[in-house]
Amino acid sequence: MSTIPAELRFAESHEWARQEGDLIVVGISDHAQEALGDVVFVELPEVGKVFAAAGDQAGVVESVKAASDIYSPVAGEVVEVNEALADGPEALNEAPYDSWIFKVKPANAADLGKLLDAAGYKALIGE
Amino acid sequence: MGQRTPLFDLHLALGAKLVDFGGWDMPLHYGSQVEEHHQVRRDCGIFDVSHMHVLDVSGSQAKPWLQHLLANDVGRLQQTGQALYSAMLDTHGGIVDDMIVYQTDEGYRLVVNAATGDKDLAWMNANLAGYDVRIKHRSELAMLAIQGPNARQKIGELVNQERTALIHTLRPFEGQQEGEWFIARTGYTGEDGLEIILPATEACAFFNDMVGAGISPIGLGARDTLRLEAGMNLYGQEIDEQVSPLTSNMAWTVAWMPEDRTFIGRAALEAERVRGITSKLVGLVLEERGVLRAHQVVRIAEVGEGEITSGSFSPTLSKSIALARVPMATADRAEVEIRGKWYPVRVVRPAFVRHGKALI
Repeated sequence: MSTIPAELRFAESHEWARQEGDLIVVGISDHAQEALGDVVFVELPEVGKVFAAAGDQAGVVESVKAASDIYSPVAGEVVEVNEALADGPEALNEAPYDSWIFKVKPANAADLGKLLDAAGYKALIGE
Repeated sequence: MGQRTPLFDLHLALGAKLVDFGGWDMPLHYGSQVEEHHQVRRDCGIFDVSHMHVLDVSGSQAKPWLQHLLANDVGRLQQTGQALYSAMLDTHGGIVDDMIVYQTDEGYRLVVNAATGDKDLAWMNANLAGYDVRIKHRSELAMLAIQGPNARQKIGELVNQERTALIHTLRPFEGQQEGEWFIARTGYTGEDGLEIILPATEACAFFNDMVGAGISPIGLGARDTLRLEAGMNLYGQEIDEQVSPLTSNMAWTVAWMPEDRTFIGRAALEAERVRGITSKLVGLVLEERGVLRAHQVVRIAEVGEGEITSGSFSPTLSKSIALARVPMATADRAEVEIRGKWYPVRVVRPAFVRHGKALI
């Protein structure tokens, strides 16, 4: 099993979140990509989309097998999306912690702290 | 816990991620479904398909019974080894199952789907009265499919001389017994290849030999995208008891002649033909990014609506494809609703890839 980066925070729905200046960068965990299988398409949120609450639907990751919703780990507004995933969605499989999906300007900067830390996420997925 | 094939422990040892398929715990993939798909199209791979059921039919009236039971006519089989594909219908013309029938020295060998085995046997037994026929469920046998352009060459290097000779002389869609093994040049991928039915006790060793020779094990995930690219029906997706073969790209498997062959479902199909066939299976190609999925709605301007029966990403074509049941009139273009938005799709004949080559 791969190591879970200690600097990341996690939602129970398997997104990771990382502080970057005043933004929060979001991707999916290694555990999530492994469960999904080969990712072939990512439906990105639109820049400007507002998440009223943590857990709002933010996009869709489609593997060969199935479509899975992804959720924003925090409330806030989408300010940037990773357009490179359009041509290379497999990056989510190959380097899940280096492949971000969207960046959100959080409504409340303290919300990141409400997410699971690496140890908590590790316990959640039973590793 | 689901049912397990004799190779279950071996799949785990090879790192398989498991999936429930019709009550069986089967390998979904052993790492990457897309890589496994390419492996079969470009070289070859092995599938454990021991969850499928082998039924041997014998007795003095095996032939007339199967001519009554099946929509295709086993009377077309002239000698041991020849095979045909057929639907087994209910009295309404709905498809109870689809299968391959091989003529054997003792009678016929039927290979039916995994999830439908009990239902099939119940249906067969319910329609057995008055016929001198025996059905033997060969659950002691395993079944392996080796598929891909190099499949026969590579397997020929791993088996004894008699089997190698047979493998190189088999015609497409022919299956012959060789010792304890039944070797057929059939498959479900659109590639050349073999299906081998052998004693379960020998299956693990043979599977191991093949893996040892560098042939990749392939899961049901790639099996599904391979058969979808080949435009082949999957029972429970394209076909079931609610649809007839005439709306399922299977009209060619219905043997109307001789006219006095009163197979089960014939009257219903004839009535359907008189009323007019209302729908058909077509292929869809999504030109934009996205993935077509089963049950999405298909809209054809000035024609009507249909529904996707199977959809996925085609690794060979690098775009999404689907099979869909649409109104008979159809058109060259249609639209599919994905999460509330309508995407344009191209409507094509339902075969996307054969022998490694794109057909669309």
